[in-house]
Amino acid sequence: MNVGLESYLIVSGILFSVGFFGVILRKNALVMLMCLELMLNASNLALVAFSRYNATPENNMMDGNTFVFFIITVAAAEVAVGLAIIVQLFRHSRTSMVDEFNTLKD
Amino acid sequence: MFDILFYIFAALTVLTAILIPICRNPVNGAMFMIASFVGTACLFVLLEAYFLAILQIMVYAGAIIVLFLFIIMLLNVDKVKHLRPSIVAQVAALFALLILSLGVGSLFLSGAANPMPEISVDSTASMARNFGYLLFTKYMLPFQVSGFLLLVSMIGVILLSKKLPVTTTKVGEDA
Repeated sequence: MNVGLESYLIVSGILFSVGFFGVILRKNALVMLMCLELMLNASNLALVAFSRYNATPENNMMDGNTFVFFIITVAAAEVAVGLAIIVQLFRHSRTSMVDEFNTLKD
Repeated sequence: MFDILFYIFAALTVLTAILIPICRNPVNGAMFMIASFVGTACLFVLLEAYFLAILQIMVYAGAIIVLFLFIIMLLNVDKVKHLRPSIVAQVAALFALLILSLGVGSLFLSGAANPMPEISVDSTASMARNFGYLLFTKYMLPFQVSGFLLLVSMIGVILLSKKLPVTTTKVGEDA
């Protein structure tokens, strides 16, 4: 039994789907943001696995890893902004459930 | 040996990830998220991306989770009543589950596990030098853009977290 590329891809797919269902089915904005992070993390895992399994001694395929570097940067920025927005929303309506944020609808 | 390690770390990552949306208390979810990210970092180590593994632990477990926990404590959201997801969301989730299991299943069936190619130790992603070289040559523009993105998000967060005045003066209301 050899661990190949598709094993990592399956793990990555499961992680992504868990994050996806968290975003769809949960109502708490904080948990939704956490699940978004999980989805980004799953894509990171897939990128690293792809770049490792396509590497050769001549070309070490650092591009996927560099991409992960940028994704981590963007994720950090995204969490900072998202949490600031959640704090403002909480100040506005004293809740973090996304169902309550319907001011624009009425 | 590597196979057993892979299965252990994959199980750690996936099981703790499943617990994140299930937990009612967001604090527990954040704690499970740390475990999941550590498991991912271990998988990165198995993929010989040592630098990324360290980065993952430092940025995610060190910075992002702390930020999450800080906000959870700040907002003091205790166990809220469990709302049922709307019927549209449930149908969408079911549909997505179908498609995703189809994709994972096709991956599973398309077997033919080819082994990890051997590359020299020097050229693995363990080398921060390789990252630095690439960031300042081939990926110079994305590097600058991501630096600018961090600046923009910092300014945005400062502006967002300022206490806004409650009454905003409408244009032409008082003159």
